[in-house]
Amino acid sequence: MTTLTDPAKGAFRPSMLLYDTRYRSLTLQAIAAIVLALCLMYLYSNLADNLRAAGLNISFGFLADTAGYDINQTLIDYNSQSSNLRAAVVGILNTLLVAFLACVTATIFGVLAGVLRLSPNWLVRKLMAFYVEIFRNIPVLIWIIIIFTIMTAVLPAPSAFRGDDPDSSMLFNLAAFTNRGIYIPGPYFTRGFGLEGNGGLNWILVIAVLIGSLIGTRAVTASANAKQEATGVRPKTLWINLAIWFVPIIVVLFALGLQWDIPALRGFNFGGGIQIGGPLIALWFALSIYTGAFIAENVRAGILSVSKGQTEAAAALGLRPRRVMSLVVLPQALRVIVPPLISQYLNITKNSSLAIAVGYADITATLGGITLNQTGRAIECVLLLMLFYLIISLLISAFMNVYNNSMKLKER
Amino acid sequence: MTEAVKTPAQMAVSDEVAISIQNMNKWFGSFHVLRDIDLTVNRGERIVICGPSGSGKSTLIRCINALEEHQKGSIEVDGTLLSSDLKNIDKIRSEVGMCFQHFNLFPHLTILENCTLAPIWVRKTPKKEAVETAMHFLEKVKIPDQADKYPGQLSGGQQQRVAIARSLCMRPRIMLFDEPTSALDPEMIKEVLDTMIELAEEGMTMLCVTHEMGFARQVANRVIFMDQGQIVEQNEPEEFFNNPQSPRTQLFLSQILGH
Repeated sequence: MTTLTDPAKGAFRPSMLLYDTRYRSLTLQAIAAIVLALCLMYLYSNLADNLRAAGLNISFGFLADTAGYDINQTLIDYNSQSSNLRAAVVGILNTLLVAFLACVTATIFGVLAGVLRLSPNWLVRKLMAFYVEIFRNIPVLIWIIIIFTIMTAVLPAPSAFRGDDPDSSMLFNLAAFTNRGIYIPGPYFTRGFGLEGNGGLNWILVIAVLIGSLIGTRAVTASANAKQEATGVRPKTLWINLAIWFVPIIVVLFALGLQWDIPALRGFNFGGGIQIGGPLIALWFALSIYTGAFIAENVRAGILSVSKGQTEAAAALGLRPRRVMSLVVLPQALRVIVPPLISQYLNITKNSSLAIAVGYADITATLGGITLNQTGRAIECVLLLMLFYLIISLLISAFMNVYNNSMKLKER
Repeated sequence: MTEAVKTPAQMAVSDEVAISIQNMNKWFGSFHVLRDIDLTVNRGERIVICGPSGSGKSTLIRCINALEEHQKGSIEVDGTLLSSDLKNIDKIRSEVGMCFQHFNLFPHLTILENCTLAPIWVRKTPKKEAVETAMHFLEKVKIPDQADKYPGQLSGGQQQRVAIARSLCMRPRIMLFDEPTSALDPEMIKEVLDTMIELAEEGMTMLCVTHEMGFARQVANRVIFMDQGQIVEQNEPEEFFNNPQSPRTQLFLSQILGH
């Protein structure tokens, strides 16, 4: 028998800093930190010297100056007399808009294609493989330009809608597809609150009703769960859920006097309703199908990562395929799907900076493009850009990691 | 093993037919896995199936609950003809429990949830009742105190016993075992076999693919030897081990018993 005792505490020798496992990693980390600090100090003093030599300084005062340029698609009020800061905010909102839209549709495309690629149907399987290989193997910038070019080349100009016998006509007299973008009816209220503005209070009311419906359906689900626990039979909830979603919102919209502003030709272009610019559509669609192809592969990998034994064990217990999928396979597959999904959402957000190729006014085009060129404040603009993308990416990442941790498998 | 164990002959076997397989054939692509299988299992019978790897023994029992599809011949379980009809497949699967070599517990669910999942969603049992049943069977396999743990936290032997309990929660009339001890450490094999012996003593109809010959001698009414997709020989355990008829069986037995 050997007995374990504390090792004899020898005197500390400097060589132990490198060769003793207790100190080694600390030493190496300290060296790395010092080297990094020296590099940063050099870069900073270099920057300061060069700025001084060029007679420049770092200042963010330019943000308050008048921007002096127009932006074709804005979510908030903006004109050329607004400040550079407001132009940057318009850009930020445009970036967030296209990133959000593309994340949603890319996920839908990806999940559909990923599941269908495992379909027993040969044709469906091959079509999905074709989609994935075509779209993920051609750079997204090229897709953006292709889609934008097709839209501007194929869709008619607004002038084609004019005259007694026009070349083009509106879809059901409600929506117009033109080479400048798509025009769809826009809702507005004739009764209710805050009509002087743009009906902001009414919209808050509508959103509140929708949130109420969401809570209502959760309550229905909870009561269905309770009933299943008590009696074993799960009540059908489809119709009552549909009623909870649709009845209150229809009543409220009716009470507020909802009307639709239908787009119509005014002068050289369409006016009224909601305009979705061609650049936004091209960017949105290209990011969606491109990233959707990657997500499809993640989804496929996730489903395949659940061993066949799991499906077999569930089937042997008598579970039907739909239940096997929702109770056994998907909960396990999500663990594999979610981490790469985070990367894809980050990719969409960052790739949205390619907006500049088709003239969509995102943050890179406004703050990092026109503002930078007009004010010459390159360092400040680029710093702000980097800060913005970093914060957004970290937020997405943090959010998805929280979700991911809640899905983790417990072992040991 | 306990002294209370009865010899195979003492355990009752009824005349009622539980499984009837007639002239069943199966191909994997062009590979003929099962050839002209005829097998009748009576209620309460305990059958051990052995044979070299690739002989089709796992495929045979996987055909019985439609995990594999057979192409020719007929399989009847408790009077229900196994066809492509979903209703028949559901009915048979709810009567037939199965345990796998690699346990196949659901790793994202607790032990208790593993056991209550199918009763709740397939049998539509109220949750309280399903939990009571699950705890009853977990006690039977001697791991009620692990109910709230996850499969990854249990040893292999414990996991296999949970898998048995999970099947029993569906109150099956027939149990299929596909090499239940092959993936286990030697000292864990005994705890799983003990559970299976207990099940046999209660009169469960069992089909068991295994190489545990001690288990076969002690529990089986009949031992079946398969080779190249055919049933080569079947007999009572004593007769099978002491006086094998075909040369192929003799060779197989000399190889697995000879070391």
